[in-house]
Amino acid sequence: MDNLVEIDNITFSRADRVIYDGITINVPKGKITAVMGPSGIGKTTLLRLIGGQLLPDKGDIRFDNNSIVKMSRGQLYETRRRMSMLFQSGALFTDMSVFDNVAFPLREHTKLNEDLIATIVALKLQAVGLRGAASLMPSELSGGMARRAALARAIALDPDLIMFDEPFAGQDPISMGVLVKLIRELNDALNLTSVVVTHDVTEVLTIADYIYILADKRVIGEGTAQQIRESDSELVQQFLKGKADGPVPFHYPAQKLEDAMFGAIS
Amino acid sequence: MNKYRVELMVGVFVLLTIGAVLLLALKVANQTITNQGDTYTLFAKFDNIGGLKTRSAVKVGGVIIGRVASIKLDQEDFTPVVELSILQEYNEFPETSSVSILTSGLLGEQYVGFQPGFAIDGVEDLKDGDYLQDTKSALVLEDLIGQFLFNRGKSE
Amino acid sequence: MNAIHALGVKTISRFAAAGRAALMLFGALFAIPRMKNVYLTVKQIYVVGVQSLLIILVSGLFIGMVMALQGYTILVDYGAEASLGPMVALSLLRELGPVVTALLFAGRAGSALTAEIGLMKATEQLSSLEMMAVDPLRRVVAPRFWAGLISMPMLALLFSAIGILGGHLVGVDWLGVDSGSYWSIMQSTVDFDKDVINGVIKSLVFAIVVTWIAIFKGYDCIPTSEGISKATTETVVFSSLAVLGLDFVLTALMFGIE
Repeated sequence: MDNLVEIDNITFSRADRVIYDGITINVPKGKITAVMGPSGIGKTTLLRLIGGQLLPDKGDIRFDNNSIVKMSRGQLYETRRRMSMLFQSGALFTDMSVFDNVAFPLREHTKLNEDLIATIVALKLQAVGLRGAASLMPSELSGGMARRAALARAIALDPDLIMFDEPFAGQDPISMGVLVKLIRELNDALNLTSVVVTHDVTEVLTIADYIYILADKRVIGEGTAQQIRESDSELVQQFLKGKADGPVPFHYPAQKLEDAMFGAIS
Repeated sequence: MNKYRVELMVGVFVLLTIGAVLLLALKVANQTITNQGDTYTLFAKFDNIGGLKTRSAVKVGGVIIGRVASIKLDQEDFTPVVELSILQEYNEFPETSSVSILTSGLLGEQYVGFQPGFAIDGVEDLKDGDYLQDTKSALVLEDLIGQFLFNRGKSE
Repeated sequence: MNAIHALGVKTISRFAAAGRAALMLFGALFAIPRMKNVYLTVKQIYVVGVQSLLIILVSGLFIGMVMALQGYTILVDYGAEASLGPMVALSLLRELGPVVTALLFAGRAGSALTAEIGLMKATEQLSSLEMMAVDPLRRVVAPRFWAGLISMPMLALLFSAIGILGGHLVGVDWLGVDSGSYWSIMQSTVDFDKDVINGVIKSLVFAIVVTWIAIFKGYDCIPTSEGISKATTETVVFSSLAVLGLDFVLTALMFGIE
């Protein structure tokens, strides 16, 4: 199978903290790949690595067989036009209307005339169901609507790859359902490749073609939804079922309580 | 916020600033007199220039005819040489003219008082680069007081 | 040992910040300008310049009026109230115009710039621009920098001009100084190159410093509400101190030696 993105054995650390220690992830073309894991293990960092905003300490990241790590700034900017990223907050430009937000990448990167841009924007907004909200400002949108508007902006230039950063976090069940449906439909209709980073297990299992689970700086499990469900790894099961304690400990590493409370002063 | 309003207000801002510059240039700094027309240069040697400065006015009977361009010390006889740049339109002063350093009011600034001489036959007009021969130095208050005391001491 | 270590760490991080600030400025200034960015700059001139007009004009008017009032009570004792004009004009053009404008600008526009860019960072708008292959230095930083650079000298000129008119209002219209001598002695004392132009140069230097600090503090802030509020405070404090310190240096260079 053809891979659009290949993360090849990378190690990444921030300050003194190691975040990834030799992980390998492949994102096949035309599929939805999910990356799951507990909060705070740097899932967003992974997307920034793919986008070239951060560089790994070791290892290689390839986009369409070109190494992102070795690219010059110009090449990187050229490559980024083929990918887009949906940020957790939506990251809409607050000083522009929804219409201008979606039109922004078109105005920046193409020389299309305003009529054509208006048509494209209307189509993209129609795809996410927000054509009626074109003239609203981002501050007037609900969280779910803002994310859909950001999605319309992300697909404005018809990219090859979309990266979703926690698309379901903090959404009510209805907007969550809408987003799940949108991600799946857009992926199939536009022949996109999607990377979804999330910790919402149930939603992801329904739409992802292939799933990676990260924990403790490594990939602890991978496979299709079915394979993941049947995994015999304790860690994977703890994550799927949401048990409080298990291989991922409930307690942040600390001195033993007995020692801390009752002396053992050596 | 629409585009037109932004452009309009920035335009108003620019116009206001141009207005301010014009006010400062014409009304406050009076740019017109300092740069008006050509000038020619005269020199005058004084024994003492007192508090005269570059850009001090040169006046004939209160009318400004030029300004002090520079003040230097003559390297040979160690007297101050004042360079006066005089407006070209006042270019018919006879050679016999004299200059003195005067003070406007008791505490005012010092200026060069220009006294046109008599135009008789055989006396030529001052030309660019000429030296004025007849000069009177600035009055220095300490010298005056010293003289006064000295004279009083003699008369008693 | 710990104190020395902490001092060393702090010093190194300061140097690193200075380096980042310089890189940011170069990145913004040497970005290839495009027609689109001219409009962005005009829009920012509206935000930092036009929207600061009111505070600048009102402050300028009152400072001119106060100076005329104060100056008159002192000068009239020496019978030198005719020198009120040059006193007001020179203090405004050489000092108060550039300095007070820069301080007000730091408080009014500088803090807003820091908060805006800081929030853009916190809401991932800057990252989002980068991912859209749009250089945030060119799109966000450069227009704001140029707008600050253009606006502040203009504001300083307006400040001085309206201050001189305010001085005229109090000195001539209320206290009875002769209008002719107010203007004419001002004219014979004030030199366009030496006083007006030097004031503009001062103001230009302050504009670079204040805008640079404001934008960098926003661009480099920790993207949390606490980080942004700290950065905003630092913008006002640092740029005020920088303006006052630089003012002394510039005054010494320009007017120190006659």
